[in-house]
Amino acid sequence: MAKFILSMDGLVLKEIPVSKERMTIGRKPHNDIQIDNLAVSGEHAVVVTILNDSFLEDLGSTNGTLVNGQPIKKHFLQHNDVVELGKYKLKYVNEQAQQHRAAPQDFEKTMVLRPGQVPKVEPGKPASESQQMRAPGVSQPVGVSQPNPALSESQAMRAGQGAPAASQPMGVSQQVSTSQPMGASQPVAGGKQVPPAAIQILTGANAGRELELVKPLTTLGKPGVQVAVITRRPQGYFITHVEGATFPVVNGKALDAQAHALADHDVIELAGVKMEFFFKT
Amino acid sequence: MNLSQALEIATCTDPGMVRSHNEDSVAADASIGVAVLADGMGGYNAGEVASGMATTVLTTELQHLLASGEAAAMAGAAGRERAEAMLRAEIAKANTSIYQAAQSQPQYAGMGTTLVVALFYDNRVTVAHIGDSRVYRLRDDELVQITKDHSLLQEQIDSGMITAEQARFSQNKNLVTRALGIDPTVDAEIREYETQPGDLWLLCSDGLNDMVSDEDIAMTLQALASNLPLAAQQLVQMANDNGGRDNVSVVLVRVVRDYAAPKGLLARLFGWLRH
Repeated sequence: MAKFILSMDGLVLKEIPVSKERMTIGRKPHNDIQIDNLAVSGEHAVVVTILNDSFLEDLGSTNGTLVNGQPIKKHFLQHNDVVELGKYKLKYVNEQAQQHRAAPQDFEKTMVLRPGQVPKVEPGKPASESQQMRAPGVSQPVGVSQPNPALSESQAMRAGQGAPAASQPMGVSQQVSTSQPMGASQPVAGGKQVPPAAIQILTGANAGRELELVKPLTTLGKPGVQVAVITRRPQGYFITHVEGATFPVVNGKALDAQAHALADHDVIELAGVKMEFFFKT
Repeated sequence: MNLSQALEIATCTDPGMVRSHNEDSVAADASIGVAVLADGMGGYNAGEVASGMATTVLTTELQHLLASGEAAAMAGAAGRERAEAMLRAEIAKANTSIYQAAQSQPQYAGMGTTLVVALFYDNRVTVAHIGDSRVYRLRDDELVQITKDHSLLQEQIDSGMITAEQARFSQNKNLVTRALGIDPTVDAEIREYETQPGDLWLLCSDGLNDMVSDEDIAMTLQALASNLPLAAQQLVQMANDNGGRDNVSVVLVRVVRDYAAPKGLLARLFGWLRH
């Protein structure tokens, strides 16, 4: 379960588990996390937790809420985030999230969330309000710690949470599993870097021109006549025929419909133009 | 009316780099203008069963209906309600089939599937979707997401709890709020759009849009539009090169030319009589 570690001036005061759907932070005694300090507003902030995700929201406090040194209004809490209220610091620790990221293949299985299982987040309505109805007993991540028939693959998910995954170095696996997919235009996959390469035109009007292959795919040729594409993949560079009656020729040999791996200094002939592929090192 | 001259369709589906099973299922028939994609879920092979049932039921039923002259009734202004009603009925049928199989056979308990269906007719397309499989449209080199996921994450984004940027790091990516076959009834979101010659419509499972950014999808479609099967393969390959952590499926539909429904007197009379 996620928790907060409350500290002041580097001194740990207490650990507070995130045990409820909605936890309030403030100076007044009715708060779930009470911080008795004048720099903290009566109702200062609230943490709303849905399954395994926690959101921090400032409730219009006088002195504001900082996360990792930045003032926030609303923030999606990440493992090891440090929330500052006045002189007090709350460190957010969510090891479960880390385990999930270490075992992405099980975690990412699509599951159905039945209506009513989690309070509906209604557009326009502050998240905190719509969460209040929930019984405290359900605040544990559903599908992880409680077998729940409606989450059809909860078993698979539990299995994937095993010890080996948890022992992986956190920073690395998180990097790979979350930021890589979106960085698709980067030549990075599985941590492997593809060396930069380029095409130099050898004949025709554009002879001497160089074209760096910076995009995941680069098309060559004349549309409607003959077009080929060079794809940049983790395994290297490949040329594939796209359109036209004739296929590209590499080192004097015509290709078929399959992708062809390019080697340094391969000579490509396309739509009557010769060009050379080479690695830029 | 046979649409195979007006529409060009390519499909590609792959288990990805991590999974042993492919729980996605795709089906398309250019002659009747139908493309279907489903991403199944459920233990063992139940996900495959659910998505397979969804695509099979929908394509065969629609083939049957459209061959029997329903297409003529879809011309003109009334076509829209006609198409929507037809899709709704067929989706309900598929839902019942899957739900009953899941109820009667213990190994299929809890199975379900996402669904996207695109039905092209009379220079229009009716899109029905359930869950987090998507439809995109490339027109004039601009890629637009047509459907909005039925997922917890999308609800969080809509309510302003989380930004699209933060959504990339959410752990709730895989929770859909609607699925076919898990309840006795299902609420499909159905919308209609006009089409233009040159349009490229993409149906995909989350295995594509989770692994490949929209910009890269757009670039691939622009670059390889002249070779649809290659474009479909390339999209799947990019998802796999980026890790391929889920099954990946794509259906590409290119609008080659106008396909206005015949509006002759006889056809109109037929359509009118059928009402």
